Amino acid sequence: MVNENQCNCEQAQEEELYDKLQEIIKEHKGKPKELIMALHKAQNLFGYLPHKVQEMVAEGLNVSLSEVYGVITFYNFFSTVPQGRNDVKVCLGTACYVRGGQMLLKKAEKELGIKAGETTEDRRYSLGIVRCIGACGLAPAMLINDDVYGRVKTTKMIEIIKKYE
Amino acid sequence: MNLVRNHVLISIDAGTIMAGARAVEKTLVNEIASQGLTDEISVLETGSVGATGQGVILVVYPEGVYYGNVTPQDIPELVEEHLLKGRPLKRLILSEVPRQHVIKKEKTGLLKEQPRIVLKNSGIINPENIDEYIAANGYEAIAKALTTMTPDEVIEETKKSGLVGRGGAAFTTGIKWDFARKAAGDIKYIVCNADEGEPGTFKDRLILEGDPHKLIEGMLIAGYAVGASKGFVYIRGEYALSIERLEKAIGQARQYGLLGDNILEGPFSFDITVMKGAGAYVCGEETALIESLEGKRGHPRNKPPYPVTEGLWAKPTVVNNVETLANVPDIILHGALWFRGYGTEKCTGTKVFTIIGNVATPGLIEVEMGTTLRDIIYEYAGGIKDGKQFKCALVGGAAGAFLGPDMLDVKMDFVNLKEYAAVLGSGAILVMDEDVDMLDMLKSVLHFFRHESCGHCVPCRLGTAQLVKIIDRVSASKGKKDDIDKLIKIAQVMQATSFCPLGQSLNLPISSSLKYFGDEIRSRVR
Amino acid sequence: MVKAKINNVDVEVPEGTSILWAARKANFTIPTLCSHPDLVPGGQCGVCVVEIEGIPGLKRACMTPLGEGWKVHTHTARLMEIRRQLVELILSYHDTDCLTCIKNNNCELQTLAATLGINTVEWHNLEERLPIDRSSVAIVRDPNKCILCGRCTQVCSNMQTVNALAVNHRGYSTVITAAFDTGLGNSVCINCGQCVVHCPVGALYENSHIEKVWDAIHDPDKFVVVQEAPAVRVMLGEEFGMEPGTLVTGKMYAALRRIGFDSVLDTNFSADLTIMEEGTELVSRLKTGKGLPLITSCSPGWIKFMETFFHDMIPHMSTAKSPQQMFGTLAKTYFAEQRGIAPEKIVSVSIMPCTAKKFECQRPEMRASGFQDVDFVLTTREIGRMLREAGIDLNEMPDEKADSLLGEYTGAATIFGTTGGVMEAALRSAYFLVTGRELESIDIAPVRGLKGIKEAEIDIDGLKVKVAVAHSGGQARRLMEKVQDQLRSEGKSEYHFIEVMACPGGCVGGGGQSWGSNMAKRARRGESLYAEDRSLRYRRSHENPSIKVLYEKFLGKPNSEKSHKLLHTHYYKRSTVDGNIIAEQ
Repeated sequence: MVNENQCNCEQAQEEELYDKLQEIIKEHKGKPKELIMALHKAQNLFGYLPHKVQEMVAEGLNVSLSEVYGVITFYNFFSTVPQGRNDVKVCLGTACYVRGGQMLLKKAEKELGIKAGETTEDRRYSLGIVRCIGACGLAPAMLINDDVYGRVKTTKMIEIIKKYE
Repeated sequence: MNLVRNHVLISIDAGTIMAGARAVEKTLVNEIASQGLTDEISVLETGSVGATGQGVILVVYPEGVYYGNVTPQDIPELVEEHLLKGRPLKRLILSEVPRQHVIKKEKTGLLKEQPRIVLKNSGIINPENIDEYIAANGYEAIAKALTTMTPDEVIEETKKSGLVGRGGAAFTTGIKWDFARKAAGDIKYIVCNADEGEPGTFKDRLILEGDPHKLIEGMLIAGYAVGASKGFVYIRGEYALSIERLEKAIGQARQYGLLGDNILEGPFSFDITVMKGAGAYVCGEETALIESLEGKRGHPRNKPPYPVTEGLWAKPTVVNNVETLANVPDIILHGALWFRGYGTEKCTGTKVFTIIGNVATPGLIEVEMGTTLRDIIYEYAGGIKDGKQFKCALVGGAAGAFLGPDMLDVKMDFVNLKEYAAVLGSGAILVMDEDVDMLDMLKSVLHFFRHESCGHCVPCRLGTAQLVKIIDRVSASKGKKDDIDKLIKIAQVMQATSFCPLGQSLNLPISSSLKYFGDEIRSRVR
Repeated sequence: MVKAKINNVDVEVPEGTSILWAARKANFTIPTLCSHPDLVPGGQCGVCVVEIEGIPGLKRACMTPLGEGWKVHTHTARLMEIRRQLVELILSYHDTDCLTCIKNNNCELQTLAATLGINTVEWHNLEERLPIDRSSVAIVRDPNKCILCGRCTQVCSNMQTVNALAVNHRGYSTVITAAFDTGLGNSVCINCGQCVVHCPVGALYENSHIEKVWDAIHDPDKFVVVQEAPAVRVMLGEEFGMEPGTLVTGKMYAALRRIGFDSVLDTNFSADLTIMEEGTELVSRLKTGKGLPLITSCSPGWIKFMETFFHDMIPHMSTAKSPQQMFGTLAKTYFAEQRGIAPEKIVSVSIMPCTAKKFECQRPEMRASGFQDVDFVLTTREIGRMLREAGIDLNEMPDEKADSLLGEYTGAATIFGTTGGVMEAALRSAYFLVTGRELESIDIAPVRGLKGIKEAEIDIDGLKVKVAVAHSGGQARRLMEKVQDQLRSEGKSEYHFIEVMACPGGCVGGGGQSWGSNMAKRARRGESLYAEDRSLRYRRSHENPSIKVLYEKFLGKPNSEKSHKLLHTHYYKRSTVDGNIIAEQ
């Protein structure tokens, strides 16, 4: 019984998300040119773009599925894998790269046990790369969710990351 | 009506928010209230004041005192000392006052005004309040254009000003507008390129965050000149604050009847939609940007046809950079002659540079076209950090040129740099000191391009892949004797045959780094 | 007209002509890998760059229209060097196991490398072995051979409007795949094979049945029958160096006998049969006025297209099976009976200008004989290869005849192979079935030719029958959208009868045709079919003596219960996500 309840709860949450997605799609219905806007909103909702979401967006906006997938895989911003609760992004813009961004990334990969573009099994963290967040004066920079960390040292990095549950 | 004795500007941008600006602001407002100073002291949020890496920054006017690294714990003392007793709190005053936007070219016999055009209001007015923009002569230029000038006159004035695109290609703005105006078709578009993807560049972001109405006004004027009634701002998805502020500004402008139908009760109608980019460097190229606006993969188009005749949805389209458009209101308001008073004969106006790397005060500066690299680095950015030696600067973005010490006294403008086979690009200057490893630097540039190549054409897709393969090998001390020559060869093929500027321009960082540091780089291969 | 000089040779071409084609007029071939005469150039490969005096930089010849007074140079030392380097770049990323490649000797990249005299590749080998996509029963995709020229995606999205294949991911990771990278077999791909036909290299090819057919031929316990589609007789010659469109029916029969097929029959026979069934269906729908317009069902690419994108049109589809499948059923029933061969011993092979037929023969409902009706499908290319393997040169073959029972055909059947042919054949017989008289003029010109959508009106006993013909997925989509609109808004369509073929040009432009095809070749093949039609004694399906015998001895009459059981089919509603069956209709 307990399990069933949990299951229902999750399902209900998911259903709610899909209801919201329908509203988004309605807003952009039959407008292929608004694909990227719609995808932004959908990803905002789900945290990533699962297949079913892509299919619904394709149908709603009257764009072929292959085109939707082509657009999603073109842009850095869109993700087709579930995101962790916390989005860790290491800046690899030129300034950060030169000041050790690559080392930060390697350290993060090692500590979290995942590669850039992946999510930890417990979904606590996703690791990614960002190309310049305009914080070049603070290089090397790291972004966790909306928080910017500047002048990050490899030794301090894990401490910072661990603050995020 | 109360007389406000002091204005405290609190700089709100990604950097200061990270440093805790919100908490400082809250404490400040509370402290002022508890001291009973609410009527006398006004606290204003403003965009970036141009300095980064200084924590939370406050500026107290009229004194113009800059405080840096302010924490909530500092606030009671600061309020008591400065705002109550009128004694600036020395321990928090920034030693390097960020002159980046407030270029204090004190009237040293020069009669002309200070060269603050684009960043005139940034950090001074509250960007979230249209009234403050209007109080600073905002929307006067569009009013002037609509009531006293024909579209042709607006174009003529812009042409005469000598304004060229600030995004990198440096095409004369007035001519671009003229092409679009004369192109056949009833529906035309103004597109603002705010997809600032060039690593190390954040000038557009600060304009968007610090003075969004200026961009709106620039677009309005462009729309009127070209005969467009619809504008789009294609903005980087990562620029959350910029998007928020711009959308707020658009909303306010609509309320004031400055956007929408029958602007200022005349026949001209214009509206702006903000479109979020999704992270692709190539979308800074105007035709790729247009593809992306149409909801597609950002693959560049073949030119001709140029966007001015066949752009967004095959309609005549002007694509202008944020900084370009931000110049327009003042040109119309003060005239082309006034604008030509700045910069050089061949390259007029000012340029906003983002200066980063190993300098004492990295940040944003607006200087006249033709200012030397030496002045920018040593006068404005405080020189090389920790007293080290200048090695070189990467100017013009990732696909720019490395400039060595012999270029320090070269005038930085679009026309002049061309003569030295360099580019101004979007105005990014990455300064490197003596300790920087050039091979590593070049490696970073090449990796960046492999990642950002759109994959459409063979030379760029495979050329960048080969370049990365080679430089990685050299970097791992496994390079072969002819590896460096191969880099050059591939870069030249890419320059000659790549479909768009992304692949074509990679030759520049490669050839210039080898020009200055050929020995250093070649020493890494056996 | 534009006048200019190319390598100092004067040329005059219509305005808008690209430098690439203008140069050919001046007898200079500018090499290219991505552009194709039937497609819009995309400028991917860069190999065609040229120099133009007074214009800075190099220009892509494929997408630069020749300008008045230009002086163009196409083969300077610099250009030749750049081209070599570009092709070397492509080769650095390409699986260069040419000898074992399906396109060996037919590969545009291989030819270009040879033309440019490339003897080493200076760059790093970037090749990463990616898995070959074998998820589709019809088409194989080998990403290791792909040079990302974009022809297949352009064909799939613009010409066919199927949008199965697309350019995905970015930069160095760019690949051409179906959505979600899950393989063509799990996509909306209609198996038309236009991507295969347009691929310059060995990245796309048919799922081969050659080995299985050899096994059957070499198995003494099997009785292997073979049928050849109408279009194959005007295509197969090209596999042996003959001019496009050369009619080789008799030589084809002779060659097939020589490689060991036990009985050489002809799909044209069942094409006539299709007309009898479909024509009768048309006549009855014209009489009742229900289910109009009737839409043809011979093209398996079109069937899957319709099932995926237009399944509301299913009630309008003719239930008649395609000629291939009618033949398959009859081979293991009527033919087996008449010849006294156990049907389980029969292996039924078809030779088709088509890749979608490989999909069609494996559809679960195509087992009316109690067995899989058609066991193996060979494309024109595959049979060409088999004949060469067997040391047979088609040029040297005598003219022979097909075997009886399922071999005889009329001119109406042979024109099935080109767009408008099924329509014309059906009208010839429908007119007779309704009026009892023959059409005065047997040639129905308005439905011929390569125009996208063709329309005609035929007076059948006072009823003005309006017909339309579409070829290619894109044109089919346009026509179906129009019909849908009419049905929705007026309750009926202006058309009574519609022919749709999935490939441009019809079967002569099918996905199983020889490499290096283009629209000009397709047109010549079509003309040849009309020529054969004119040369035949019988030109109307209902005149075919063997068909008459079939009805007398076996089926009864067209649309009889037995016909329905054996020769008719039904359709499915398919998902626009993965092309899988959602519901039976």
